Amino acid sequence: MKELKLMKGNEAIAEGAIRCGVDGYFGYPITPQSEVLEHLMAEKPYEKTGMVVLQAESEVASINMVYGGAALGKKVMTSSSSPGVSLMQEGISYMAGAELPGLVVNVVRGGPGLGTIQPSQADYFQTVKGGGHGDYRLITLAPAFVQEMYDFVELAFELSFKYRNPAMILSDGVIGQVMEKVEVDDYKPRWTNEYIRENFPWAMTGKTPDRPHVIVTSLQLEAAKQEAVNLRLQAKYKVIEENEVRYEKTMCDDAEYLIVAYGSSARISQKAIELAREQGIKVGLLRPITLWPFPSKAINEMSKNLKGILSVEMSAGQMVEDVRLAVGDNVPVEHFGRFGGIIPSPSEVVEAIKEKIMK
Amino acid sequence: MKREDIVKPENLVYRRTPVLTDNVMHYCPGCGHGLIHRLIAEVIEEMGIQDNTLAVAPVGCSVLAYNYFDVDCVEAAHGRAPALATAMKRLRPDQFVFSYQGDGDLAAIGTAETIHACNRGENIVMIFVNNGIYGMTGGQMAPTTLEGMKTATSPYGRDIELMGNPLKITELVAQLPGTYYVTRQAVYTPALVRKCKKAIRTAFENQKLNKGVSFIEVVSNCNSGWKLTPVKSNEWLEQNMLPKYPLGDIKVPEK
Repeated sequence: MKELKLMKGNEAIAEGAIRCGVDGYFGYPITPQSEVLEHLMAEKPYEKTGMVVLQAESEVASINMVYGGAALGKKVMTSSSSPGVSLMQEGISYMAGAELPGLVVNVVRGGPGLGTIQPSQADYFQTVKGGGHGDYRLITLAPAFVQEMYDFVELAFELSFKYRNPAMILSDGVIGQVMEKVEVDDYKPRWTNEYIRENFPWAMTGKTPDRPHVIVTSLQLEAAKQEAVNLRLQAKYKVIEENEVRYEKTMCDDAEYLIVAYGSSARISQKAIELAREQGIKVGLLRPITLWPFPSKAINEMSKNLKGILSVEMSAGQMVEDVRLAVGDNVPVEHFGRFGGIIPSPSEVVEAIKEKIMK
Repeated sequence: MKREDIVKPENLVYRRTPVLTDNVMHYCPGCGHGLIHRLIAEVIEEMGIQDNTLAVAPVGCSVLAYNYFDVDCVEAAHGRAPALATAMKRLRPDQFVFSYQGDGDLAAIGTAETIHACNRGENIVMIFVNNGIYGMTGGQMAPTTLEGMKTATSPYGRDIELMGNPLKITELVAQLPGTYYVTRQAVYTPALVRKCKKAIRTAFENQKLNKGVSFIEVVSNCNSGWKLTPVKSNEWLEQNMLPKYPLGDIKVPEK
């Protein structure tokens, strides 16, 4: 039975977690995402599905609780905002190295440093280029609607377990705080310990005489073995890049110009392309839903028929680099952004189209 | 009398516990880690809980502990073992969960995780091996390094004014309401080995009661880091470590 609810993006993350059968949430308060933990505590999911919810002493502890839970084959997650997610990078790298599934939600705010509590998209590099140490990738989903905040929790776990790789929902303060209607599902039961034992031989379920003991580690002291680990990871990342790219196109069929934007910038750009078309400018919108893997092929294909591309981001220009890598010299690519917590208006975006790519 | 006449089950007085793997330990000859591993493994064997014990290894000399304990193991980031163990026990309350950490791991970089796991009263066993030095990285000063003690990063001896005081974290966690059993042991004589094993057994038995953290500090040696022979290092331990870190129970459950 589907049910409609009005809720904040952050609450949708929490509700999505409970209803899709997440086993554990470990988090620490930080604006603008504290409603995730607040909603979980208020909903008492331990009575509904048996889900564990714990307020940790820090984001460092949170991510390491997630690491511990993930080692057991459990669906575990945390959420935070930019400064807190910076603290989690070590644990994320360990999880990537140990090939553990798990979900981190980043409701991004303006930086650097303590920055501001207002929305931003300036954690793009941190998320898709590394953040933590070593060669690793995070499966990154970018919701643009409160409904997607809800839906992507389950999707993130599906992909995360499919590839034994941590996943990130890269949101921002707008999507976290805005209220929209959300279609929610019935409560799905959590996986049983028996199911985990049968399906995830890599998980710590208690050593039984029928199998060797499980070791979850990211350590290989021999360089040759560590290179082998890296080669295996790179091969996995290639499969993900080939199979898991997700994006959405709006008014692209006759477009001469293209905006590439994700998350709340995509919402603003949606309005901007409507305004631009009223002025006779044929502009479309490509919204990456996965930021890694990035829809490079789709953007490259489209670029051949375009006169210019504008990357609209609430940052000083981060995703624009991936757009440029995707299109090469096919077409000029420019960036438009407001940052430090400022949200651009649709008319500013229209002006940017005229000034930056229609010259 | 032939060999076959002697090697019979009824004549067995000692054997290696099957809860330790066949892997050759990397520990320096004379180091206490091997003994402490064995005691934990023997307790797991004697309690019959090998199938439902989950171990958390640290960063430090015992980083490879997962190669030796024949139970499911995870290797934590430096200092974070109590955070992992917290989630593991809460998600699998049917399993026995223990963490194994050294002094740098538990009492320096992981102090916050240690204090809060203890304060929340997580139903876990925490094994804390204190040898007053960072062994794996080459003998640097640890939070528990004694005043005046020479290490690679206190080459003229630990100067309290310059480098701060040794941290008695075991006394500190004993103050917290979430710890149920806190004790300090050592393993440098046969009698102490037996006592330490008893304490480890008590700690694991406590986990059935769901009463909070059982915390065991084992004051141990580091003959390579201390630059002493194994025998001399044990003498040094007794003469120098024990006055600062006296053995015995610090917090025992009220009867």
